[in-house]
Amino acid sequence: MAYLVFKDGTIFEGEAFGAWPTGETLVTEREVVFNTSMSGYQEMVTDLSYAGQILVLTQPQIGNYGWHHEENEADKTRLQGLIVRELSQGEGSLHSEGSLEDYCQQHGVQGLMGVDTRALTRYLRQFGTLPGVLVRTRESGSTFWANFSGHVEAKRESEAWVYRSTVKEAYEIPGPGPLLAVLDFGAKRNIIRQLQERGFRIMVFPAGSTPEEILKHHPSGVVLSNGPGDPEELPECVATVRSLYDKLPVLGICLGHQLLALAGGGKTYKLPYGHRGGNHPVVDIRSGKATMTSQNHGYAVQEVSLENSGFEVTLRNLNDGTVEGMEHHTYPILSVQFHPEGAPGPEENAVIFDRFKEIVESNLSRKGRV
Amino acid sequence: MPKQEWKKVLVIGSGPIVIGQAAEFDYAGTQACRALREEGVEVILVNSNPATIMTDRETADRVYIEPLTVESVERIIERERPDGLIPTMGGQTGLNLAYQLAKRGVLERCEVTLMGTSLKSIDQAEDRESFRALMQELGEPIPESIIVSRVAEALEFAQETGYPLIVRPAFTLGGTGGGIVHCAEELEQIAESGLQASLIGQILVERSVAGWKEVEFEVLRDGVGNCITICHMENMDPVGVHTGDSIVVAPCQTLTDREVQALRSASRRIVNGLGIEGGCNVQFALHPSRNEYVVIEVNPRLSRSSALASKATGYPIAKVAAKIALGYALTEIKNAVTGKTSACFEPALDYVVVKIPRWPFDKFTEADRRLGTQMKATGEVMGIGRNLETALLKAIRSLDIKAYGLRLPELEGFGDAELKTACLQPDDRQLFVFAEALRRGWTVEWLAEKTGWNRYFLNFLRRLVETAVLLEQAPWDKKTLLRVKRLGFADQEIAALWKSTEDEVYRFRLEQGLRPVFKMVDTCAGEFEATTPYFYSSYDVEDEGEVHKQPKVVVLGSGPIRIGQGIEFDYCSVHAVLALRKAGFESIIINSNPETVSTDFDTADRLYFEPLTLEDVSAILDKEQPDGVVVQFGGQTAIGLASGLARRGYKILGTTVEDIDRAEERGTFDRVLQELGAKRPRGGGATNMEQVQRVAQEIGFPLVVRPSYVLGGRAMDIVYEAKELEAVVRRALAASSDQEIWMDQYLLGTEVEVDAISDGANVFIPGIMEHLERAGVHSGDSIAVYPPQTLDLSMQERIIALTESLARSLKIKGLLNIQYVIYHQELFVLEVNPRSSRTVPFLSKVTGVPIVDWATQVILGRKWDEIKIPHGLWPTGERVAVKAPVFSFSKLQRVEPSLGPEMKSTGEVMGMDRTYEKALYKALLGAGLSFTTYGSVFVTLADRDKAEGVALARRFADIGFRILATEGTTRYLKNEGLRVEQIAKLHDGSNEIIDGIRKQKIQYVVNTTTHGRVQESDGFAIRRAAVEHGIPCFTSLDTAAALLQVLESISPGLLPL
Repeated sequence: MAYLVFKDGTIFEGEAFGAWPTGETLVTEREVVFNTSMSGYQEMVTDLSYAGQILVLTQPQIGNYGWHHEENEADKTRLQGLIVRELSQGEGSLHSEGSLEDYCQQHGVQGLMGVDTRALTRYLRQFGTLPGVLVRTRESGSTFWANFSGHVEAKRESEAWVYRSTVKEAYEIPGPGPLLAVLDFGAKRNIIRQLQERGFRIMVFPAGSTPEEILKHHPSGVVLSNGPGDPEELPECVATVRSLYDKLPVLGICLGHQLLALAGGGKTYKLPYGHRGGNHPVVDIRSGKATMTSQNHGYAVQEVSLENSGFEVTLRNLNDGTVEGMEHHTYPILSVQFHPEGAPGPEENAVIFDRFKEIVESNLSRKGRV
Repeated sequence: MPKQEWKKVLVIGSGPIVIGQAAEFDYAGTQACRALREEGVEVILVNSNPATIMTDRETADRVYIEPLTVESVERIIERERPDGLIPTMGGQTGLNLAYQLAKRGVLERCEVTLMGTSLKSIDQAEDRESFRALMQELGEPIPESIIVSRVAEALEFAQETGYPLIVRPAFTLGGTGGGIVHCAEELEQIAESGLQASLIGQILVERSVAGWKEVEFEVLRDGVGNCITICHMENMDPVGVHTGDSIVVAPCQTLTDREVQALRSASRRIVNGLGIEGGCNVQFALHPSRNEYVVIEVNPRLSRSSALASKATGYPIAKVAAKIALGYALTEIKNAVTGKTSACFEPALDYVVVKIPRWPFDKFTEADRRLGTQMKATGEVMGIGRNLETALLKAIRSLDIKAYGLRLPELEGFGDAELKTACLQPDDRQLFVFAEALRRGWTVEWLAEKTGWNRYFLNFLRRLVETAVLLEQAPWDKKTLLRVKRLGFADQEIAALWKSTEDEVYRFRLEQGLRPVFKMVDTCAGEFEATTPYFYSSYDVEDEGEVHKQPKVVVLGSGPIRIGQGIEFDYCSVHAVLALRKAGFESIIINSNPETVSTDFDTADRLYFEPLTLEDVSAILDKEQPDGVVVQFGGQTAIGLASGLARRGYKILGTTVEDIDRAEERGTFDRVLQELGAKRPRGGGATNMEQVQRVAQEIGFPLVVRPSYVLGGRAMDIVYEAKELEAVVRRALAASSDQEIWMDQYLLGTEVEVDAISDGANVFIPGIMEHLERAGVHSGDSIAVYPPQTLDLSMQERIIALTESLARSLKIKGLLNIQYVIYHQELFVLEVNPRSSRTVPFLSKVTGVPIVDWATQVILGRKWDEIKIPHGLWPTGERVAVKAPVFSFSKLQRVEPSLGPEMKSTGEVMGMDRTYEKALYKALLGAGLSFTTYGSVFVTLADRDKAEGVALARRFADIGFRILATEGTTRYLKNEGLRVEQIAKLHDGSNEIIDGIRKQKIQYVVNTTTHGRVQESDGFAIRRAAVEHGIPCFTSLDTAAALLQVLESISPGLLPL
């Protein structure tokens, strides 16, 4: 048996799988979040935006088709823990290379199965995203919290997580089209893939890259990727974004979107329990039409704070009205809170990459005329 | 917002329950009507099926129970002048009707707009050629195919592409007439029947993708182009078996997200391409390893799958589709489940759902039970669980086939060779066959390779089989018990493995503190707070169904739609719930059938979607602690639970269990009759041949033989002569669970049926119905007439008096149904059912009496006078109503179509008018009979019917029909002075009869059987040929006489000078 223990004493019981520390390893509290997607456990486990978190999957049968490396969203995982109701061995696919369990075992993910994940989800919905600890005994859980001195709403050391998720050094992916700079805060592979499919040449930069380091390659546009944590704890990234966004077309995705808002003088805030799933309706304010989006974020842009930022809200969440997309009055900037690349999740928003391509191209031709 | 203001809208229902079109359209239509009325629209409804909630006066503003033919709907349109018509709620029947009304210019002439999905879109989705063109335009792959209208063209195509091929007729339901063919001979045969079945005389012949994964998407799209997928589902069995006969899992379990998204995007492209405004179903075949899919089918309407998707997700698809038809955008509609979020989203499931079809092969033991592209199931069940095992096992025990796990006793006796054959040829027992194979140590690999089933699902079965072994070895071990309960094992199955009883396991389990908790179906996997009271059980930690303190009553539903227990009982359950709500009780319903109105999220105050077994019902009662349980509206399924529930101490409301038993047990019931001085046909029980002979001698021939304990007349036979007795008795003994049979005197009299309400003292009879066919034809298969046409007043008074005394002496509290036979002016009691019956909805509709409502109030203990229930017989009005059975023989190969003591019909229609003939005409028309007024009648009669048959033949001849007959009948009729043409018998090597039927040279067949059951080759072949080619076939002279009565009044005569 193993347990997930919260500060208020709430305990969820299950069985351990994956990589559990042996011996006297220090236990740390980690933010527990849930995702309601019905497919794509592999993409979620390798999504670096979950860095340092314990992820609860609400779909109960997980691991059904095993593991295929080409479906990974990164070549690593920074997930702390994975909680499921039922873990399958992965016989559902004819060319599986292993199982989810193997992957967790090999990549340091603590798994907990057999958990009443619906009860856990309802708990998180009620109390908001909370830190919890994964422990082998009930006692070690209560001891941990008894000795806990930190803030109840534990920080996720977001800075560190972005830097632990990003690439170590810049690299280039050749392509026939114009050069794009991708600022990698923990980017999902499918973002890169979507850009590649549209013919761009791509340079991927580590999160801490300076504007100069980026600009010296003369990119035709910048993509700010998704990534883990609180955007307000990344002031140096905000500054970089600020000095780029009046020079080049920019596409911001998820954390990238939040950094853009901050760069424009806006504010972000923490959602009670985040948006994580593949079924969030987002409505285009201008057309009134809605699309289904893939989402994974715990923070959101505060709409009122955008008043003098130069940004205009263009997309909104149909359920809670939160900001889902912005465009800039002056500069060619596209920004979305959700994941237009899906993976997992709907593919219909990939048109945003098309639109960005048009923006980059028209920007290039305008410059050409000048 | 709607661009147009709709004042009056016509909704077309789906007609009688047939294979391929069951109760799901009552659910869809009812929800749609409610949604329309919510918007202030006046709703006009037409449907021929009285056993539906949609045809209630409360559902629509004006209800027409009329045949679903173009002419009759046209008349309604002419009179009502609606401004809109919704064609997509009534299944293929409704869609075809609307299509024809539009094509014939009726809609244009009467200025009726087709709402929602346009005619062009429907055309494009339904017409194979235009669909194929669209798919090519969209770049969506479809299997190579050709549309042909002649068999020769199909054979030509086959020469190019090779076999196997699939044949699908255009515009049919349930895949009628289709099939997979492996050679030219098969192609020829199936192509021909397919061409017959198709409304537009076209079939599609296509490359078979049998063996691929079958995946379905349910899509909703609005007029502005918002397009969402409500649910994706995966079949456990690969392509090859009709999806209506497939075991379906939701959400998809073996697909990667990439595969899910690829198919989701494809379904959206298709639905957008078609311009659907409403619901649509898209079916794909996905290659099990290659990255390849093809589109198999698109249904531009609500379907069986959309009903399943609706119940599986909690998302009210029909309601939202109706709002879309009015012109609302998805973004403008609220999610009724959460009450807060938008309806424009895609439900997230945090459970697994398994649907298993309910097949009729327990009734039709001789039927071809192999599964293929022709759907054969009459209904379905759904199990919800927090793992696949639980969902599957719940669905299995919901089937009500006495299976509580993956074991079917009959398979244990199979030899290996027999079992191997069974593995290779899918039939209704497939799950159990695989489990048996795995139990014998056959490998998952072997099964996967030979059957095309996914290893994932087979491994589940393997683990369940292995777990059962472990369980057997660990009796009364708490840890093992917990483990298997979490996997969904039933107490009953555990008891069987522990050589104990269900009650003992139940007690032990409670002692160990092992009880299920209840989880909510909320469309959003717990992300938002939901208000829908829709629950399922799970062995988990948290119970989220807060128990209310107010007075409450539980109503047991009736489970899957099957022959003998149809939608009528869902109708009664729903009305019981409504009555409870009205009386101020919290109403709680338990049912396992996803097609029904009773399992709609807003029917009862609380819905428990659970199997109707003692264990599952007990768990709910333990939790809810209701004031009582009502068992009399859920058919035999619910009644069957009464004694177990009473034994466990739960309170059964209404007629007590002891009194139910008194009515159902033969010995005690005989004593009741004796006390009342009432008669029943002579009879006696027997357990061996010796006794059989003795009893037979006592009661004389003809006699009825049946197993002592069965439902719906299963394995019943009429025996006319001593020499037939032995064969029939052997069969009945085999079908009887306790190896006992009953034999009854068979009285060839008039059968009469009565429904009544009683509180044990007062009795009220809403109506007496007279059966058109003589006793001997199962009451469910007889044409019933209200009010009686041939009973004189004194006989009616005797019926009333006996009904009253039976109700009193059986201490009925609630409903009872009695079947009588009148023989030589004497009244005999055939049977008493201490519950609601199949005829309650029919009687409610024609009399306007709120039968279930009153019965429910009586059950709740309210005083007779307070409810203001009258006494005696309800006065008849001006209207005559006729209830006619509807059969699905054309879909069930090898089933004997002749009427007898076993019920065979799947549904019913009602015809109502001011005269008997008109009502009869409508009923027969509604039942699908096309009244050809001239042509040829083929008559072949058993010797005992010949004398009576002469009169009928003469009546046919008198209105101008040619009479064709076989040798013996010809001779007999000629002797009587009729003009008859003789046709050679089949067993003389002639194909003349079958050919005549096939080529439509014969318009009616009148054929009575020589032997009760034995399928004598000629007659059986003729009857099958008739049903397969849509030629009306009468096996009871009474039904033929009814037809004549109508024909005589509508056919112009042929009178040469």
